[in-house]
Amino acid sequence: MGTAFTPHAGITARFPELKPALTPQAAMVEANRCLNCFDAPCTAACPTHIDVPRFIKKIATGNIAGSARSILEANVLAGSCARVCPVEVLCEGSCVMHHRAEKPIMIGRLQRYAMDNFYGRGLQIPVRERPELPLRVACIGGGPASLACAAELRQAGVQVTVFDKRDLAGGLNTYGVAEYKQRVSESLREVEAIQSMGVEILQREIGLEDFEALEQEFDAIFLGVGLGEMHRLRIPGGEAGVMDALDLIAGYKTGEILSIGRTVAVIGCGNTAIDAAVASKRLGADEVHIVYRRGPEEMSAFGFEYEHALQEGVKFLWWRQPIALEAGTLLCAATAINEAGELVVGEMRTELAAEVVVPAIGQSPLAEWLSSVKGIQFAKGRVVVDRATGATSHAKYFAGGDCVNGGREVVDAVADGKRAARGITAALGVMEVAHG
Amino acid sequence: MASLKTTFAGIECINPFWLASAPPTNCGEQVMRAFDAGWGGAVWKTIGEPITNVSSRYSSVDWAGQRMMGLNNIELISDRPIEINLAEIAEVKRRYPKHVVIASLMVESRRDVWHEMVKRAEDAGSDGLELNFGCPHGMSERGMGSAVGQVPEYAQMITEWVKEVARTPVLVKLTPNITDIRVVARAAKQGGADALSAINTINSITGIDLDTFTPRPNVDGKSSHGGYCGPAVKPIALNMVQSVMADPASVLPMSAIGGIGTWRDAAEFLLVGAGTVQVCTAVMHYGYRIVEDMIDGLSQWMDEKGFASLDDFRGLSLPRVTEWKHLNLNYKIVAQIDESLCIGCDLCHIACWDGAHQCIHTDRVTGPVDGHVEVHRKPMEAVHATMSSIAVTRIPKMDPPAVSHGHYKAPLARIPRVDETECVGCNLCSLVCPVEDCITMKEVPGGLAPETWEERTAKLGIVEQC
Repeated sequence: MGTAFTPHAGITARFPELKPALTPQAAMVEANRCLNCFDAPCTAACPTHIDVPRFIKKIATGNIAGSARSILEANVLAGSCARVCPVEVLCEGSCVMHHRAEKPIMIGRLQRYAMDNFYGRGLQIPVRERPELPLRVACIGGGPASLACAAELRQAGVQVTVFDKRDLAGGLNTYGVAEYKQRVSESLREVEAIQSMGVEILQREIGLEDFEALEQEFDAIFLGVGLGEMHRLRIPGGEAGVMDALDLIAGYKTGEILSIGRTVAVIGCGNTAIDAAVASKRLGADEVHIVYRRGPEEMSAFGFEYEHALQEGVKFLWWRQPIALEAGTLLCAATAINEAGELVVGEMRTELAAEVVVPAIGQSPLAEWLSSVKGIQFAKGRVVVDRATGATSHAKYFAGGDCVNGGREVVDAVADGKRAARGITAALGVMEVAHG
Repeated sequence: MASLKTTFAGIECINPFWLASAPPTNCGEQVMRAFDAGWGGAVWKTIGEPITNVSSRYSSVDWAGQRMMGLNNIELISDRPIEINLAEIAEVKRRYPKHVVIASLMVESRRDVWHEMVKRAEDAGSDGLELNFGCPHGMSERGMGSAVGQVPEYAQMITEWVKEVARTPVLVKLTPNITDIRVVARAAKQGGADALSAINTINSITGIDLDTFTPRPNVDGKSSHGGYCGPAVKPIALNMVQSVMADPASVLPMSAIGGIGTWRDAAEFLLVGAGTVQVCTAVMHYGYRIVEDMIDGLSQWMDEKGFASLDDFRGLSLPRVTEWKHLNLNYKIVAQIDESLCIGCDLCHIACWDGAHQCIHTDRVTGPVDGHVEVHRKPMEAVHATMSSIAVTRIPKMDPPAVSHGHYKAPLARIPRVDETECVGCNLCSLVCPVEDCITMKEVPGGLAPETWEERTAKLGIVEQC
């Protein structure tokens, strides 16, 4: 069913949780620190608008199940989001405690506390009372956007089938999140919870030839397909000893990669690069470098991710661009910004020992595949949608997640999926069911 | 440093801090350790015919993660033989002659039994006697404790018996479990008491275990009402002490009890006329060591205020408590929000809308805000606007930086405004505001001379009906 998985003990041991669960006493104390702001900034900052003060106060009163239900009402993948959200720039970043020079409330960890308790007790996601509708929607892709869309559609009584091409459902939540942030089993636990709402998940790849049949069979189709292949290095010698960052992460998480070379060079400086570099360290590499062609002020990784990499012993090589790879050595050229503000390659060369080179320089959009669907408009390789409803230029198609936003956070995908589900039900003429 | 020396009902005290009659004064070893820590006196745990206690016997009320906002007990008087208690009192007095030891007594309501107990306690060397007419649990079923304290005639009669033989000052400890505490205070004074102590614990059930349905404390599946004390009871105690001290028929030297844990609490009780203060729960929570700051803090405050002795400020607040009808109806204040301190929690807004008078708004208007402005976005409209807005994760390079709030801490849109023309000056907003000095109350001159309800009704010729 796409959730059968046995974790590898060695990997589990090497990737202990970065932020362990709060104990009940700690959660109680932390929950009581929350001021219970009115129209709270943290709620506004959350893409899925989880009512943060509401769920936190329920923890403070010992109503943990109610707390989890409040969270799930807004975000059906709340367990993942609690672990993988960059809370520092979202809810916790907007906490008013910052204005009084105090530590923000640990919203992410409290959310995890509530969700762990919920799943740990075997509770079910509450399904709203509504009639079952003779409407069918297909969600293409098994990641957060599709799962959130599917769950929200089920809440409206729509029949949903999710098509996912990989062995395990969950998308990046299952394959792409650093193991010390979220374990595969924790992602699959949520997938199962969504299945138990009546969402059908099929482990099947949708090919170009399938769209016509899908359009016949389903009343609407949601595209939550994410992004395509990672960008390649395209340097001389750059095939042997090269492993892209997402393959590395998916590989160790599923227990297929248990070790890596002694020296590793990760190319790029986004959050995925950080995850790959830290993973390399934990898989046994002695020297791990992040090679970035610009300076630290321009990296796209979040500050706290950068700090974490430093703690793990990852080294950063700024203003360098790989130009050739040969026998475990990466040849890098110095870069600079010229007077016109362009990045230029200088004369200086540096040799860097790198048995393994891990490019983490972004993913290409699935433009080619998506363009086979006639009538869908694209811009910069992304599907163009109406933000509030996820509607594309094709009446039957809706879209959300990375294929629309070019690659953001899990919580953004969940929010997109949820909005698209509401857009779909509105387009299909389903009366909205009043809910909390 | 200001002197904390005082004389209470003729008893010399090195400071006003006494331990109340309770577990912290259970034996001589404890009392001597307390004196070493700095306590000026101790009221010995009530002596009488030894009892058998149950377990458990304490339970507490926690609040917002804080332990023991209120404590409740069903412990009875001393479970140790009278002779041992008296021998230890003698030993303590021999070693600590300058410290005060008061014997708390509770015996059967018979004249001869009381006479004998009083003599024995005084022979042991106690500096005074405290008659326990307050204990609300257990002993009251046996016709003692609050069973005496709730009936003015009994209280007066037993006080008289004690005074027939007592050579040292007699304190009567009052129970709060009565409609008007002054009634028994007056009876005690009639009976010849030299001083009073108040309050004893308040009848309570702290809570019920939602798994077993047994109230706390759990004694083999059952419970009983117990005496409530600790920080939670201070406001009640302060009112009762004030009402006794403001009543000419009750007023006597007062040893105040009830939620006192810091020098601030002590100063407040002294300001309503207390001579000494007694502490128990705070010591049960943190130990005898708390007295160090009580002494230090009170002296420091007295120095800052220019008080050389306790008598310089004792009772200063008494004249400021009055009946409602004597309050000035023409005094008007309004809330003011310091926008530079506001953190944007908007608790004042929702408290004012739902809990008070709908005068604080989040719909900021341009121009003067001191006029009457009828643009009130209701709270739920604000919430709905938030919920329907689209948020995305801010990603460096992809998203512009957050807008600066200038010299404000919070975004201006989250800083509420007070409609001063509507503000009734109730003060609720300043109480809920989590930021010190952010919301203050400003006096608004109304141009009217002070006038009380009593004056107004007299002027209008209205006869008060109640």
